[in-house]
Amino acid sequence: MLRPVSATNSSNPVLGRAASDLIEIKDLNFKYFGSTTPVLQNVNLTVKNNEIVLIAGHSGSGKSTLLRAINGLIPHQHSGDYSGEVLVDGLKVSETSMSVLALKVGYIFQNPENQIFMFSVERDVAFGLENLALPQAEMRERVDWAMELLQIKSLALRAPHELSDGQKQRVAIAGVLAMKPKILILDEPTSLLDPFTAKSLVNLIRDLRSTLGITVLIVEHRLDLVAKICDRMVVVDKGTVVLEGSPREILSKTDVSLFGVTEPTIVKLSKRLSLEGEKLALDAQELTTALKPVA
Amino acid sequence: MQLNSNLKDGKPIVSFEDVFYSHPNGNVALKGVNFSLRQSEVLAILGSNGAGKTTLVRHINGLLKPTRGKVSVFGEDTKQLSSAQLSRRVGIVFQNPNNQLFAQSVRKEIEFGLRNFGFSEDILKKRVESALNDFSLLDYADRPPMELSGGEKKRLCIALVLAWDPDILILDEPTVGQDSEQKEKLSEMTRLLQSQNKNVILVTHDVEFVWPLQPRIILMANGLIVADGTSQAVLSDSDFTNRADVLAPQLVDFSKLMGFLKPFPSAPFEAEKILRIEHG
Ligand SMILES: Nc1ncnc2c1ncn2[C@@H]1O[C@H](COP(=O)(O)OP(=O)(O)OP(=O)(O)O)[C@@H](O)[C@H]1O
Ligand SMILES: Nc1ncnc2c1ncn2[C@@H]1O[C@H](COP(=O)(O)OP(=O)(O)OP(=O)(O)O)[C@@H](O)[C@H]1O
Ligand SMILES: [Mg+2]
Ligand SMILES: [Mg+2]
Repeated sequence: MLRPVSATNSSNPVLGRAASDLIEIKDLNFKYFGSTTPVLQNVNLTVKNNEIVLIAGHSGSGKSTLLRAINGLIPHQHSGDYSGEVLVDGLKVSETSMSVLALKVGYIFQNPENQIFMFSVERDVAFGLENLALPQAEMRERVDWAMELLQIKSLALRAPHELSDGQKQRVAIAGVLAMKPKILILDEPTSLLDPFTAKSLVNLIRDLRSTLGITVLIVEHRLDLVAKICDRMVVVDKGTVVLEGSPREILSKTDVSLFGVTEPTIVKLSKRLSLEGEKLALDAQELTTALKPVA
Repeated sequence: MQLNSNLKDGKPIVSFEDVFYSHPNGNVALKGVNFSLRQSEVLAILGSNGAGKTTLVRHINGLLKPTRGKVSVFGEDTKQLSSAQLSRRVGIVFQNPNNQLFAQSVRKEIEFGLRNFGFSEDILKKRVESALNDFSLLDYADRPPMELSGGEKKRLCIALVLAWDPDILILDEPTVGQDSEQKEKLSEMTRLLQSQNKNVILVTHDVEFVWPLQPRIILMANGLIVADGTSQAVLSDSDFTNRADVLAPQLVDFSKLMGFLKPFPSAPFEAEKILRIEHG
């Protein structure tokens, strides 16, 4: 259901927490230390187990900040004024250590340089796993699995700082996937990937959701790539959630460019041809099928 | 600086002749690159991760010098020029903004480049204010660049390079973190610079951003140029795009699926018109 979200719309106190709610954000406010304006204001958001949620909005609207509040960087690494509550798989983020959270939440930074620092690609991919105390064989298996998925086996022995930026991004993603986290958070994951790899990653996320049963949050500016695999789209504006609904609902009923979101060309065309709502086409194939029903 | 500034029409602004580049660790990133660029041409370079795009553009402002072959910019061999000399006329916005930002504040960041190139304090002041204004950075002027959002950092990098008004502007992944308004501004800026007879070189994975601009396109894979031509010719040929891990823009896919002869160059309105005719 598409609905404008009022700032005070908190989770229902009578019903309490549904078993399927994996992430719950209640009345969250955050202001970075030294800043004058709050970056998050009365954010309320619930993410269900096994959902894929897209977060979109203007540059600077608070998307990365919101993700940091889920993986614990806020409030543990970034100080500031914090109020409200964030629960991840039942754990209160503000009272749970980053290392415990890291076992549940895999986080891919907007800038891959924030998470690669070992001497070889292989070691980098294995880095997170080393804290899981897994048997050697399983570790090897997972590292190979993740490197295979991201097509970086040929780079295994290379020094990560001597890679191209897109190659670094692939290493960062592989390192997080190797952990097989219950919740996968990706901050603009495709921006440094070549189009073919970007599309493969999107398909991979869709597949991992079914095979591993993971829950995914993606921040992206390029809806043409990701809208299709997302169950829900959340639009953030000036630090609050202003819209949520399925991508087709939101894109049909709203001019998302008001919120800094580029409307994919095919969506624009679909709307002008009055193919909206459930009929809204998200890619060329869908639009063609709608216009040329199979004889 | 003694660069040939009176280049006659037709003389290339940039030329690569059989350029090879090996990184210090022995990686060969360019394996015989040839192309030239004419005045006011807009060029977009697309291709696989690790294809050599960043390595290539770093040769244009002299940050890298070819291991073999020759790169000329404004008619001069870059081996004869220092990167400091070249960077005044060839501005480059790095793929990773963290490699470009180091000052204490957004304002100082923009001032730094201008002061470096010897602009008078008078002009400097004006340029800084208009850069802050044009890129909606006034509210951030006194903030440390490292505390900006990903997209804001990129925006600042573009603003600070444009402030010194280079003749060739190289943007390595300019759309990262940019919302619809900023992308629109980037397109406008590209067209404006072109109308001022400048060159814009875009290195990008964002085919949807590139397509409406209809620039000349170079596709790269594995250290080589695999295609060079108009957007129409290059991006609607899947033999080319497949080799460079590039996917066709949505309108190209759609035109092909619908069996139209030529893909729509830009806005969907044109597509809509054609569809209305074809389908009543
Ligand atoms: N500092 C470095 N030392 C050694 N090799 C490097 C270095 N930087 C890049 N390379 C290698 O050079 C090749 C070209 O890299 P380059 O950064 O030019 O690629 P790119 O086309 O810009 O890729 P991307 O789309 O990922 O940004 C790649 O194989 C890369 O691994
Ligand atoms: N460490 C910090 N200290 C102070 N302010 C910050 C910090 N990080 C971000 N901000 C500010 O908070 C606001 C939201 O930033 P955030 O990084 O969450 O935006 P975003 O929506 O992810 O943007 P983008 O799409 O550009 O990445 C921005 O105005 C930014 O300048
Ligand atoms: Mg961000
Ligand atoms: Mg690059």
